[in-house]
Amino acid sequence: MELTTVWFVLIAVLWTGYFVLEGFDFGVGILLPLLGGDEAERRTIAATIGPVWDGNEVWLLVAGGATFAAFPEWYATLFSGFYLPLFLILLALIARGVALEYRNKSDSTRGWDRAFFWGSLGPALLWGVAFANMVRGVPLDADHEFTGSLLTLLNPFALLGGAATVLLFTLHGAIFLTLRTTGELRRGAARIARTLAPITLLVVITFLVAAGGAGRPLRWAAVALAAAGLVGALVATLRGRDGWAFTASAVAVVAVVAALFTGLWPNVLPALDPANSLTVTNAASTPYTLTVMTWVAAIFTPLVLAYQAWTYWVFRRRLTGAH
Amino acid sequence: MDVLDLSRWQFGITTVYHFLFVPLTIGLSMIVAGLQTAWYRTRKPEYLRLTRFWGKLFLINFAMGVVTGIVQEFQFGMNWSDYSRFVGDVFGAPLAMEGLMAFFLESTFLGLWIFGWDRLSPRLHLATIWLAAIGTNISAYFILAANSWMQHPVGYRVNNGRAELTDIWAVLTNSTTLVTFPHVIFGAFLTAAAFVLGVSAWFLLRERDVALFRTSARLALAVSLVSAIGVSLSGHWQAQIMTEQQPMKMAAAEALWEDESSAGFSLFAIGDVENGRNHVNLQIPYGLSLLSTNSLDGKVAGINDIQARYQALYGPGDYRPVVGLAYWSFRLMIGFGALSALLALAGLWLTRRGRLPAGRWAYRLAIAGIGLPFLANSLGWIFTEMGRQPWTVFGLMRTAAAVSPGADVVSVAITLTGFTLVYAVLAVIEVRLLVKFIRIGPYEQVEPEAAAPALSY
Ligand code: HDD
Ligand code: HEM
Ligand code: HEM
Repeated sequence: MELTTVWFVLIAVLWTGYFVLEGFDFGVGILLPLLGGDEAERRTIAATIGPVWDGNEVWLLVAGGATFAAFPEWYATLFSGFYLPLFLILLALIARGVALEYRNKSDSTRGWDRAFFWGSLGPALLWGVAFANMVRGVPLDADHEFTGSLLTLLNPFALLGGAATVLLFTLHGAIFLTLRTTGELRRGAARIARTLAPITLLVVITFLVAAGGAGRPLRWAAVALAAAGLVGALVATLRGRDGWAFTASAVAVVAVVAALFTGLWPNVLPALDPANSLTVTNAASTPYTLTVMTWVAAIFTPLVLAYQAWTYWVFRRRLTGAH
Repeated sequence: MDVLDLSRWQFGITTVYHFLFVPLTIGLSMIVAGLQTAWYRTRKPEYLRLTRFWGKLFLINFAMGVVTGIVQEFQFGMNWSDYSRFVGDVFGAPLAMEGLMAFFLESTFLGLWIFGWDRLSPRLHLATIWLAAIGTNISAYFILAANSWMQHPVGYRVNNGRAELTDIWAVLTNSTTLVTFPHVIFGAFLTAAAFVLGVSAWFLLRERDVALFRTSARLALAVSLVSAIGVSLSGHWQAQIMTEQQPMKMAAAEALWEDESSAGFSLFAIGDVENGRNHVNLQIPYGLSLLSTNSLDGKVAGINDIQARYQALYGPGDYRPVVGLAYWSFRLMIGFGALSALLALAGLWLTRRGRLPAGRWAYRLAIAGIGLPFLANSLGWIFTEMGRQPWTVFGLMRTAAAVSPGADVVSVAITLTGFTLVYAVLAVIEVRLLVKFIRIGPYEQVEPEAAAPALSY
């Protein structure tokens, strides 16, 4: 395999890790006002992701860093082009991070819970908007500079993408809460998951089908897997098999990211005028840099996966609402 | 103001702000790990109380370091897209390595440390804080390697209109990195020590938990002194390397206008930038030659001469940074550091053999002294970065060519205002939280809490 392909796949893997893990963090934040009746419940809800949210967020930072190292043109065009949406995402991530760390240290949690909610909803929506624009193509000039405006990015298709990710992450979060809590909280989360699953299925699959992607079998397999994952999540939730439901919704998130990235290849950021598109070739770093980074990734990615998996094992016990 | 100015202000404000939290995180993580090790070894309850008390303050600070760091990671692409295109092949590598090797380590194991008191064996739990602390140092190393490459590019060639990596090892062992890293780490320890000292003094002043905070204060004084020596020695090496690699920065730092042998170290100068000379200049004879060349009659280049040489080398243009800023930021960095060191010396004397000073002023000074290393750190960075101007990558890329061509004034003005306002609000919240938990003081109970409250730690 070409090194540029390896890095395209690796960056897809990093985004997948980010959306699978931080996806349920976002969902938990979005569901907080809905599920958390009293302070004890809200504290339990926040505690389900307390030990892990920061480690989950690093997947985003590494995805950004890896893009910078492997595809500098992509990093430069994407983040300068999506300037204001990215600014909003950053503000949201700041608000959410501080809220999660400070809510238990403050006398009043009302403000922090609001920050946690908006800081989760914002990125859940905006990442969908951003990815929808990425697969659809954006106006780029010959220097690979973005020539559109904020309104260019807020087209109906992109908003559909945003709705798809909000629903997907909220469902994922609801199922995660079902898995990690007991009693009334667990029942509430399961009820939300059951209600959300069919709508999510509809919106997500509509979005993926609308994204097109000329007859690539791999891509359609990913779309089918996403549908299967969502159906599986619903069935398992109905049967009270929380572990399986979570596995299925995680598979659905993986499949959605896979569908987006297979639709993108060999572009990394298609332009409306195909001559100006950024591809895995014209956006890439030199083979030397890619080789160095491949070694680093080959050694450290498995290590990271091992100790993060161990963290989830340490905190596998369900949290009770009352304490 | 145009996009360039706004972007520079934004980068300056957000980065200096990020670096208010970074040194405290680096220094305090090691101090907390050390205290927990002491508890693990001796099982003396006071060490556990200290671990938890300083650990809490450490976490409040760490959260701010994390959320402001996220902004940094994306700013290069947002505001400096042409810079990112030009350097990505070289500069992206240490940044990606930092994420993969350091950020995962510190954030994952810190999560385990916070929530793992009752889930992990004491030994394993101790290991988690050490891994997190090591992560912060690895992170510092890689980001400083990236920054040092901008000060002194190595291991690359320019090809296809961009810098391309030819030797990663050269980048990671850049002579500039090797002196910058100890300087920044010692600076971080000085910062954390001044913080621990000041907070301890607050308790001693109120005669709360005297035994506990005498231990803290003595520990902090010792760390302060060692780091002050370390920061001076490494700063001296840095100055020598800088004289060689960025002579203009050294000349500006000294307001030295003409080439000079046996140059003096300037203490106070009023310059005339227009005409390239000083009105007033108070000097320590031979000081500068000694500092930057290790000999009394070493030759040090002056601003006017370097300017002439650079015009011949790089073409017409102004290659002088803002001289007054470089001059004063350099001086004040050293000055505030020296004050901090004096404070530590005096403190060690006053607390010798278990004594505690009777007067209140000593404690008040120690509390005020918390600010000194923060000022020195910020000024050090302002000096390093502004002294490099007009270059973003020394000798290769000018700052004016680095900015995003597509960015518009309105957008950058929005983000500059947005970040500044949010950061200001966060500063107030974080200081209030720190004060609140200092007031509460160390918990009385000596054993880790039972299962449930551990979740809300
Ligand atoms: C000398 C050290 C140093 C310097 C110069 C910088 N940082 Fe930093 N950074 C750290 C040392 C550090 C740290 C000690 O590792 C932090 C501080 C507090 C923390 O939580 O980790 C951190 C946090 C931190 C995070 C969050 C990591 C997480 O979620 O755990 C990011 C993304 C960055 N930084 C990125 C940057 C960038 C892009 C910088 C350059 C402009 C930068 N930092 C300057
Ligand atoms: C590895 C870390 C760093 C990198 C890669 C870096 C890179 C840059 C870049 C790209 C710019 C913009 C171009 C310019 O205006 O010169 C800049 C400017 C600046 N940086 Fe750094 N920087 C780093 C660390 C820091 C830190 C930690 C500080 C201070 C805490 C700092 C302070 C500044 C300041 C004050 C400016 C503004 C200079 C100006 O207005 O021209 N930098 N730096
Ligand atoms: C005798 C005392 C000191 C000397 C001689 C000294 C020297 C230097 C020099 C020459 C630089 C610029 C390096 C470059 O641009 O290439 C620098 C930067 C810096 N200094 Fe100092 N310094 C001293 C004290 C301190 C103290 C006390 C602190 C903080 C507590 C500090 C923090 C920094 C920081 C954060 C930087 C920017 C990062 C870097 O380039 O290392 N310095 N110092």
